[in-house]
Amino acid sequence: MTEIPTSRHSAFQVLTGLFSLPAGARIGIGPMIAAVILLIIVLASVLAPLYVPYNPLSMDALSRLKPPSEAHWLGTDPYGRDTFSRVMTGGRVSLLIGVGAAVVSVAVGLMIGLVAGFFRAADGVIMRIMDSLMAIPAILLAIALVALNGPSLSSVIIAITVPEVPRVVRLVRSVVLSAREEPYVEAAIALGSSMPKILIQHLMPNTFAPLIVQGTYICASAILIEAILSFLGAGVSTEIPTWGNIMAEGRTYFQIKPGLIFWPGLMLSLCILAINLLGDTARDLLDPRMKKREG
Amino acid sequence: MEFKSKDFTDSRRVLKIRKLKVGLTGRPNAAPVLNEIDLDIRAGETHCLVGESGSGKSVTSLAVMGLLPKDALEIQGGLIDLEGVEITYAKPSVMRALRARRIAMIFQEPMTALNPVLRVGEQIEEVLNMHTDLSQAEAKKRTLDMMEQVHLPDVDRIYQAFPHQLSGGQRQRIMIAMALILDPDLLIADEPTTALDVTTQLQILRLIAEMQERHGTAVLFITHDMGVVAEIADTVSVMQKGRIVERAPIRDLLTNPQEDYTKKLLMAVPNLAPRAARAPATAKDVIIVKGLDMTYGGGGFLRRSEGVKAARDVNFTIKPGRTLGIVGESGSGKSTVARCIMRLIDPTAGKVSVAGTEIAQLSRRQLQPYRKHLQIVFQDPYRSLNPRWTVARSLCEGPINFGTSKEEAMDKAAELMELVDLPRDALDRYPHQFSGGQRQRIAIARAVAMKPDLLVADEAVSALDVSVQAQVLDLLDDIQDKFGVAMLFITHDLRVAAQICDEVLVMQKGLVVEHGPADEVLSNPRHDYTRTLIEAAPGRHWDFANFRAMERVPALKGATA
Repeated sequence: MTEIPTSRHSAFQVLTGLFSLPAGARIGIGPMIAAVILLIIVLASVLAPLYVPYNPLSMDALSRLKPPSEAHWLGTDPYGRDTFSRVMTGGRVSLLIGVGAAVVSVAVGLMIGLVAGFFRAADGVIMRIMDSLMAIPAILLAIALVALNGPSLSSVIIAITVPEVPRVVRLVRSVVLSAREEPYVEAAIALGSSMPKILIQHLMPNTFAPLIVQGTYICASAILIEAILSFLGAGVSTEIPTWGNIMAEGRTYFQIKPGLIFWPGLMLSLCILAINLLGDTARDLLDPRMKKREG
Repeated sequence: MEFKSKDFTDSRRVLKIRKLKVGLTGRPNAAPVLNEIDLDIRAGETHCLVGESGSGKSVTSLAVMGLLPKDALEIQGGLIDLEGVEITYAKPSVMRALRARRIAMIFQEPMTALNPVLRVGEQIEEVLNMHTDLSQAEAKKRTLDMMEQVHLPDVDRIYQAFPHQLSGGQRQRIMIAMALILDPDLLIADEPTTALDVTTQLQILRLIAEMQERHGTAVLFITHDMGVVAEIADTVSVMQKGRIVERAPIRDLLTNPQEDYTKKLLMAVPNLAPRAARAPATAKDVIIVKGLDMTYGGGGFLRRSEGVKAARDVNFTIKPGRTLGIVGESGSGKSTVARCIMRLIDPTAGKVSVAGTEIAQLSRRQLQPYRKHLQIVFQDPYRSLNPRWTVARSLCEGPINFGTSKEEAMDKAAELMELVDLPRDALDRYPHQFSGGQRQRIAIARAVAMKPDLLVADEAVSALDVSVQAQVLDLLDDIQDKFGVAMLFITHDLRVAAQICDEVLVMQKGLVVEHGPADEVLSNPRHDYTRTLIEAAPGRHWDFANFRAMERVPALKGATA
């Protein structure tokens, strides 16, 4: 009766166990490439100020709309600004908006979702508020916020976050609703554990895995929405280059200078593709059905 | 007790398995899952494969059906022969033709084996449409005829029904009709009655026997329940860790088992003989339940709806060191009573007094100090421990809630591990590293850590193998002796209740139909329902542990009166 498998938990196993990751799960070549691409884009964007040849904002009337050359690798825009420097620097703000929107909506959504899932009295009210928030289109909200506060990073993040929060709340709530029926939660109630303790120590860890997956999707869609907002002129001010407003400015010269839209567009697409692919991989790895194979 | 056993040596051999080896796909050197199994089943014979979980019973049946999950398990040697034709490595297309026509299978859970969006009649008919050239009208006629053969009432109505509209027993009858409609030579039944209530189980076992007699089908019956084996088997193969350790006709196996493993398995089988009566306790009642009512649903905003009365007017008391069993079939309200007492749900009416305090109507906050008097052990040991927590953390949770310091709680946890016969150094492991029985011990330790006055065991041994079940029952008994804790033992299995309970309370549809000392209730039941339950208990005439018939067959004194 006292025979127990002798294996001990390494730190790695504890970590993977936390997110229910099966040990030795196979990761295909696709996600590997995605991870490498994303890593390169992130590093290139974050480190951009250290290596780009020109100040992305400095104009040069003598070299407007130049084709790619040794001096300007990707050519220049109508104001003579270096496209390469602008695209690389633009990634910083785009990624910041993506990560910022994901973190804020996951954090806010997690808190509201835990309360909605656990306290039945609060559930009805919270979910109706969430339903109405979901009905607000991000674009209109952004235009309204920009009209009120002027174009800024925080307006854009708020505009993207508000419609995303209800989706996170729904996800967290459904996880909590099913987890609270688990006998170990009932056992904790019987052991006299307080409600906050049960909520945070027993229920919340169950939501981490789906939230990681949801977070990647929010991140990708936030980068995309930022581009759309900039395109419409409701995004971050043009003094700060982002992939979105670089494309927006290049729109007029698309016929004679397609590179102005092509290069930021390529970065944007690669980045979103890589994030979504990694999100899918995370979803497959964290799927509870995968976990069963182990046990 | 009468056994079915007759001589089959002259009958046609339907299934022959020789030295069958099944192992992990692509790893021929790993330990095999099935290790050189031999099996013979002849026409009209019921061959039982019996063994504990993980012994390879189901893998055997899947191998015969050609349904091994390809990416996990593969046949690595040996021979499977159906009616003289080798099918060991038969192509999927060949196996598809064989299934239904020659081999059919019924499963444990008839709800998931049936398609929920198709009418059950159509599902039976589909078998005919796929494998025969019968016209639409003929197929329907044959379907209805088959449904009558499996004793479904009102077949025209049931033909049109969807699976969720039928009871578990009716669904299993549909499965049997579907399996037998093409008159297969071999029927594989994988735990077909495990998910059913005892009374339904008895009917299904009888039906399988009747169909077998009528069609001369060979049956490979897989079960973990020795009682069921005694009811239905002609021949028994006992499996352990992928091997068949013993094979014998049923009578020989039960009266004169050769292998130690078989003996061990038989000795663990509980029987209906009640435990020796203990001296009545003199101390004050630990818990007093009076007029407990629980109605689910009901209320309604404008119009009062009826709701489901899950428990009505339940009364009982338990003294320290004594055990009360609540017995009933699914839906009888036994778990509802347990949950009401634990205040996991709030009873609609009635009183529950614990430690001299009335707790049924206290608010959650007021209730908190009284939680430590009551503890519960759940049925499913895989879900009752937080998978992300170490054993130590689980064991310390309760005491820390009631002000014990962390160090003290840890010392206590180490003592508890010894109490439940687990090594101290297992404290920093996670639940998935333990077997089901070990996890149940941990769950018991967690409950005992609170030094409760009353321990509620809600089907606490139902998910365990018999040998483990016996050990856990012993452990509960020890704990009761040591700490004088009162116990409320909820079970659907009268045999288990007989082993451990001083008093038994029988519930049916939310009502208490009988309540008395275990000995009284089991040997001289007054209510018809109790009598039905006792008579449906599989293998109740046989004293497995002593390899002989029961000296005193319970529950017959009142049966003819």
